[in-house]
Amino acid sequence: MTVNSDGVFFLTGKDFANAGSASSNLKGILEKRGIPAEVIRRASIAAFEAEMNVIIYAVAGMMHYTITPETIKVVLQDMGPGIPDIGLAMQEGYSTAPDYIREMGFGSGMGLPNIKRNADKLTINSVVGEGTTVEFVISLERSGR
Amino acid sequence: MTLDDIKGILGALALTGRGDMEIDIGRAYCADLMSDVLAFSVTNSLLITGLTNAQVVRTAEVADIKAIVFVQNKRPDIQTIAMAEAKNIPLFVTELSMFDTCGRLYERGLRSQMGPTV
Ligand SMILES: Nc1ncnc2c1ncn2[C@@H]1O[C@H](COP(=O)(O)OP(=O)(O)O)[C@@H](O)[C@H]1O
Ligand SMILES: [Mg+2]
Repeated sequence: MTVNSDGVFFLTGKDFANAGSASSNLKGILEKRGIPAEVIRRASIAAFEAEMNVIIYAVAGMMHYTITPETIKVVLQDMGPGIPDIGLAMQEGYSTAPDYIREMGFGSGMGLPNIKRNADKLTINSVVGEGTTVEFVISLERSGR
Repeated sequence: MTLDDIKGILGALALTGRGDMEIDIGRAYCADLMSDVLAFSVTNSLLITGLTNAQVVRTAEVADIKAIVFVQNKRPDIQTIAMAEAKNIPLFVTELSMFDTCGRLYERGLRSQMGPTV
């Protein structure tokens, strides 16, 4: 398939019943395009971690995806507290998640590192008190990364 | 090791109705931290966990995990079971502890992706 496609999912902070549904829908869209399973897995894991961060930390946000024959680009933009120190947030194990989030199995400080590990390119922009934008790109051309 | 073997070894109960019990499970990973599962599990594996919320099924879905065993008789709610059913991820519950669940499966030859070979 050579056509580009794009779309958006809306995310609501603390909506744990639906947390992960955007990433699940994205996974379905990637599968329909016949993208290799290993690439879909990387994109889905990165999207899910980023989606959970919006649900956990922000008030609201959206996930926008663009699929071209070369790349999968996913942008998560939220209205939320922002990240004061992105370098620190990127460290494995660093987390400000409260206990009830840990009890749900998240908040081990591996989310952003997991996104980095699975993506070919990761860009984070954040303004404290306004929100955060996480953008990652996965290349479809180099498989077996 | 098939899902049917795993069910037998653990004396587990299937919570979902569909799904092929003859699927071959090559690897397993056990954790209550979903980011660890996302980082370290491999495709087509079994997830052993004590957490029962909906995110566990979502985690299995995005990480291409084949089936989930809940330990110590912990059961997810009906919506979570329905989601797993819809996504074709068989769920099982065992009375065994996390330790005994892993121990019995290990004893019968199941391994993680990075475990020792000795
Ligand atoms: N969208 C976001 N808005 C505000 N803070 C965030 C966001 N995403 C991540 N963070 C901050 O970065 C930290 C590390 O994130 P992450 O690596 O996903 O680990 P975890 O979510 O397990 O804490 C979080 O604890 C939080 O302080
Ligand atoms: Mg996180």
